[in-house]
Amino acid sequence: MEKKPLDRQTICNRLAMEFENDWVVNLGIGMPTLCANVPFGDRDIILQSENGLVGYGPLAKEGEENKNLVDAGIQYVTTRPGTAIVHHVDSFTIIRGGYVDVTVLGAYEVAENGDFASWKTAGRKGGGIGGAMDLAVGAKRVWITMAHTTRDGKPRLLKRCNLPLTAVGVVSMVATDYGLFEITPEGIVLKEFAPGFTPEEIQEVTEARLIISPGLRKFQT
Amino acid sequence: MRNKVLETFDEAVADIPDGSSLMLGGFGPPGMPQNLTGALLRRGVKDLTVIVNRLDSSWSAADPGKLLERGFVRKVCCAFSASPHPSQVTEFERLHEAGLFEAELIPQGTMVERMRAAAAGIGGFYTPTGVGTEIAEGKEHKVINGRTYILEYPLPADYAFIRATRADTFGNLQYHMTQRNFNPVMAMASKNTFVEIEESIEEPGCLDPDHIHTPGIFIDRIVKIPPPPEGLWTFPSERRDR
Repeated sequence: MEKKPLDRQTICNRLAMEFENDWVVNLGIGMPTLCANVPFGDRDIILQSENGLVGYGPLAKEGEENKNLVDAGIQYVTTRPGTAIVHHVDSFTIIRGGYVDVTVLGAYEVAENGDFASWKTAGRKGGGIGGAMDLAVGAKRVWITMAHTTRDGKPRLLKRCNLPLTAVGVVSMVATDYGLFEITPEGIVLKEFAPGFTPEEIQEVTEARLIISPGLRKFQT
Repeated sequence: MRNKVLETFDEAVADIPDGSSLMLGGFGPPGMPQNLTGALLRRGVKDLTVIVNRLDSSWSAADPGKLLERGFVRKVCCAFSASPHPSQVTEFERLHEAGLFEAELIPQGTMVERMRAAAAGIGGFYTPTGVGTEIAEGKEHKVINGRTYILEYPLPADYAFIRATRADTFGNLQYHMTQRNFNPVMAMASKNTFVEIEESIEEPGCLDPDHIHTPGIFIDRIVKIPPPPEGLWTFPSERRDR
């Protein structure tokens, strides 16, 4: 079988498969927004965005943008029947108050205890917290999508995070270009692998010790 | 009802003293007060404390980041002091690294709740956001019903610049779509709120009381944005892949 890390859209498609009907879903800036490109079929997914959008529609077509309608990544989006708009205080009431069923965020590092780091890289004075710290403590589920290793090939699924934390012990699922992982009290469970990769090969690029799921299977698409 | 409409942005910002704290509304271009900020850039001011979600500087010639690049700012309170994309180093970051101003990084939800507290006369509040992170260092911790929280204080300002779509002459406001974002809470948390209006300024009574987003009692000065090129507008042609 050809050995090939998964592309970003395939990774996000996998997480979006887990969204349940009627869920309120918040997608972080960058890669997580790709989860909105998925046809949800019979499921009604309510996308929520920090700047006050509740239940918005797909990206606007070129030339049809409303200059006052953007998502948290400042992409021009659309309304759909049932969209609501609130101001920032109410938006973070939705977020911190536990009304978001899942947030999918990007990260630099995730640890086996569920900690994650996403706002500040090494040697940098500033950072970008945005709404991530509020989402991380407020959403019912925190899922991460990220590249499995750094550009230099160093692991990002770690025993403990090295970078400044975004939140402590909140991550329950991670999808990378190497597979799908669940974070449990016992540690990180490898659930699904990218085509062509053995669990041993995935362990080689992972600092945390992986528990192999009894139901281990190929990455679902 | 008092008429708060002024003819020009230059007169609206003419008396802002050095050392003021200033909230800038907007989340991306929607709601961003580019015309008021542009007038302040023309006038010049020193030692501002700027409170803003993110110091954008690439949307227009009057983005919040331009105040910084011109050296008008002593301190910034924001949710992003670096680009969310580590590969893109902004001018803001270069100046920050060079120590030209102080930056207080605040989680976005904590920032708006601190503004709300300032607006509502609340002395502080406990939030779970940031517990176990650098944000919690030096802050009072409290366990309430088994969960750990940190104490955060109000975040008021002397001035707020915001943008809305429609107003009446008293300052009752309507925002369009995601233009609303920080603007209602900033209007309430600051002593003086100036607003730039995109579409129309009506007589009191013309706006439906059921559909006022910000009541005029929070608003001090109103200016209609003139057509371009005199007025600064945000258009989707500025769309970028990000």
